[in-house]
Amino acid sequence: MSHKIVVPIGPYHPLQEEPELFRLYVEGEKVVDLDIVIGYNHRGIEELSEHKHFDQVPFLVERICGICSTSHPFAYVNAVEDLAGIQVPERALYIRTIIAEMERIHSHLLWLGLAGHFIGYNTVWMWAWKYREPVLNVFEMISGNRNHYAMMKVGGVRRDIKNEDIPALKKAMDELVPALDLFRGAVVDDPVIQARLKGIGILTKEQCVDWCVEGPTARASGLNIDVRKDEPYGAYDRVDWNVIVHEDGDIFAKTLVRILELYESVSIIRQCLDKMPCGEIDANVKDIPPGEGIGRVEAPRGECFHYVRSDGTNRPTRHKVRAPSYMNVASNKVAAVGGTISDAAITLAAVDPCYCCTERTAVLDRGTDKKIMNGWDLIRLSQEKTERMRGK
Amino acid sequence: MNIKLKALTKSIWVFHAACSPCNNCDIEILDLLTPRHDIERLGMTLAASVRHADALLVTGIPNTKTKERLKTLYEQAPKPCVVVAIGTCACGRNMFRDSYNSPCNIDDIVPVDVYIPGCPPKPEAMIAGVAKLIEKLKSK
Repeated sequence: MSHKIVVPIGPYHPLQEEPELFRLYVEGEKVVDLDIVIGYNHRGIEELSEHKHFDQVPFLVERICGICSTSHPFAYVNAVEDLAGIQVPERALYIRTIIAEMERIHSHLLWLGLAGHFIGYNTVWMWAWKYREPVLNVFEMISGNRNHYAMMKVGGVRRDIKNEDIPALKKAMDELVPALDLFRGAVVDDPVIQARLKGIGILTKEQCVDWCVEGPTARASGLNIDVRKDEPYGAYDRVDWNVIVHEDGDIFAKTLVRILELYESVSIIRQCLDKMPCGEIDANVKDIPPGEGIGRVEAPRGECFHYVRSDGTNRPTRHKVRAPSYMNVASNKVAAVGGTISDAAITLAAVDPCYCCTERTAVLDRGTDKKIMNGWDLIRLSQEKTERMRGK
Repeated sequence: MNIKLKALTKSIWVFHAACSPCNNCDIEILDLLTPRHDIERLGMTLAASVRHADALLVTGIPNTKTKERLKTLYEQAPKPCVVVAIGTCACGRNMFRDSYNSPCNIDDIVPVDVYIPGCPPKPEAMIAGVAKLIEKLKSK
């Protein structure tokens, strides 16, 4: 192993905003092995949630991750409603669906921007984040906060979408579509983006099954899995939409799947706003009986799973969280190995990793004395490659 | 005001140190760089390495693993270095103060100059916080 050179990335580096440590083992330019060290985000949320009562837990699980901050409470309330057999009012189901889809839009735009940054297209980053702002404005209008909306509640939703707000919401969606067209055009037609992303970081269908990959990452490799279709929750079975699947499995396919999913999200929100009935938004749940329940939600990154067990008191006795990035991050071991170092930055980011979600177990670092280098070098390498290709 | 502080207040380069956050404050910090808020017009930008930074933006609660790293980061930063605690977690550990993996507050590890509460604080609040920081430094 002595001829291998180790390129450590992290734990503090500008590649991603969260701390994590990758060790790339390289031979020349080629990546031959990869180690992933996490644990910088472990906060003991499962244990904390066993000390809170059922109505407080949504606020806690919301803070598992700031980007999927409605997926976790959504999965949790699904689990508790499954446990207690609660019938949720129709209007609340539609509101939940609208919030979840708006979150998918802001999360995918966020990823698109960061991916553009990693390959040296800062314009894409600025555009994507510019068009993400109106979505955050809508969140602020509905819930009073740009992120962490606190909309989910066992038995319903905490706040109503007022009927007089609906035209503004529809207008925001209408204004988003030209921006999405712009992105689709920019990504599909740009020869340099194609050259950088096509055939890079390929995950085959078999590898996806072997590594239990989920969400857009799996759908870009030809796996037709989506909890919203397979086991509908919220109002997804009441609206008409398609699961986007691509066969190629490379980063270009992952980007395309995410962009096309944005159009589906806009269409789901429009249909929900049209079909949303009037009425109650809360089932006024009093007691949670003993038992156990599961909740599954398609988060922007894949399937988010919550398990709740109750013994009849007002606190869960066990609460288990499994986030999609837990599986997706591990698949980097096949996607990045065999590529070059300059492609590693975008390959590691292609699964849209979310370490905050993933950190359900504490991984202990034995404290190696290897020198930690700067991840900026990696982005610079990647950006220089794009510059070279542009120059050709 | 000494020359070092004068230079510091002119254009603050920040390094973003995430200590087990939920990501939201971090996203809002990145949001500051994008067209709507664009803090580069105020002379601020994200530094890629802590050795080039004037200010540390700390988010989240320090856990057993990030505690040591934050201390190292502060030691590596060139002095004078100011520390800004962003978000309720960084100010007082929010709802994680009872967690088994949350040994201490951020101000037990590094000296904090400005606290910006909020979950997450709005980008406007962060800009206001930094403006107050500059005033504080200028009065020194």
